[in-house]
Amino acid sequence: MSYRVANRQILDQISFEVERGETLVLLGRSGSGKTTALRLINRLLDPSSGTIFVDGQDVAQLDPISLRRRTGYVIQEFGLLPHWTVEQNVALVPRLLGWPEEKRKERARELLDQVGLGEMAERPPRQLSGGQRQRVGVARALAAEPGLLLFDEPFGALDPVTRHEMQQQFLRLQERYRVAAVFVTHDLLEALRIGTRIAVLDAGKMECLVPRDEFMQVDKPVTRSFIETIRV
Amino acid sequence: MDPIVLKSLLSDVVQLTGEHLVLAGLSWLIAAVIGVGLGILGTRRRALREISVVVANVLQTIPSVALFGFLLPVPLIGGIGRHTAILCLVLYSLLPILRNTIVGIQSVDAPLREAAVAMGMTDGQLLRLVELPLAAPTILAGLRIALVTNIGTAVIAAIIGGGGLGVLIFRGVASVDTIQILAGAIPAAAMALLADAAMTLLEKRLRVQ
Repeated sequence: MSYRVANRQILDQISFEVERGETLVLLGRSGSGKTTALRLINRLLDPSSGTIFVDGQDVAQLDPISLRRRTGYVIQEFGLLPHWTVEQNVALVPRLLGWPEEKRKERARELLDQVGLGEMAERPPRQLSGGQRQRVGVARALAAEPGLLLFDEPFGALDPVTRHEMQQQFLRLQERYRVAAVFVTHDLLEALRIGTRIAVLDAGKMECLVPRDEFMQVDKPVTRSFIETIRV
Repeated sequence: MDPIVLKSLLSDVVQLTGEHLVLAGLSWLIAAVIGVGLGILGTRRRALREISVVVANVLQTIPSVALFGFLLPVPLIGGIGRHTAILCLVLYSLLPILRNTIVGIQSVDAPLREAAVAMGMTDGQLLRLVELPLAAPTILAGLRIALVTNIGTAVIAAIIGGGGLGVLIFRGVASVDTIQILAGAIPAAAMALLADAAMTLLEKRLRVQ
């Protein structure tokens, strides 16, 4: 299974693949095009040129609605529906897919247990802390058993300790569900913790794409300036 | 007061209150369907939104007495009688309903809407599962304002032969008869207050959810 993105202008001919069980981190400053790259994958945007393949299929040929339903998407905490309970939020995509109520309830409970929020199921999202809401967001993205998960700076608004916990949990979930994950962040420490491979984007161009272990040896200007951010 | 006069006044009040209720209620229902429908479509099409709000705004600026007057000479839809009065009231109550529907839907958080789309909602699902439930209190507030205003404005229907409690009020004014004026005004005011209270209750209920 491969996922490939190639586009121009905001993104200038970038290209990458992600396998199941792997986490590709797109690292870049604000405005580098990393979020755009993510949004091209589930067709929130369409590329001006180039092709994107999900499960070997050109996404331009797929119905965007059904593509999105089988692609998990995690953003900062704002994405939860305030008038639904936590459990209903998690069961959203299964509901859109028409799963029977029993099955989607069961699935939502299972995932909430996985992220340690089993007892919060009946609460509205506003009663949860930022970190808890973010975990609900991750559980929701996993609910319909997607093969591909997209993360758009999901932990950016959290305090450092909560963020670290979320990263640990992300690794546990990735170990268990083994999805192909594309993770956008501007935090190198986060990238090094969770990424299998790391790509650095700058002004729409991909400066490098290397396995995590080789990242610190890359000798390119933007990558170096990211490495500077974690030197004490 | 002479008991026979009182009895006939009371039976007038009952009948005219019924007429008033029909005038205000029916026109409100029609305006609700048009206003909410147009409002929803307006959030999907910018041009429609702008045109409909401008038209509703202009209608609202016409003094209500004048609006009733304007429609008198218009063939088919105008003329003397209840249907013209209802048409006037529909036009007049459109703006708050339309505007609140649009504002309510547009004030749904953009990131929330985007998340819903990214999860794979169709436009219809976005409307039904996200936008309408979240906009409901605002839409209801618009409906409440329209209904309460409508009950007041429906008094003017009497001048074009539309019936309602205005009949008593105008008759009372013409004959300088305070009791007749009050016999029309008090039930109209009570009706407006009652409608306001009922709609407020409904709004609160929806907001708690």
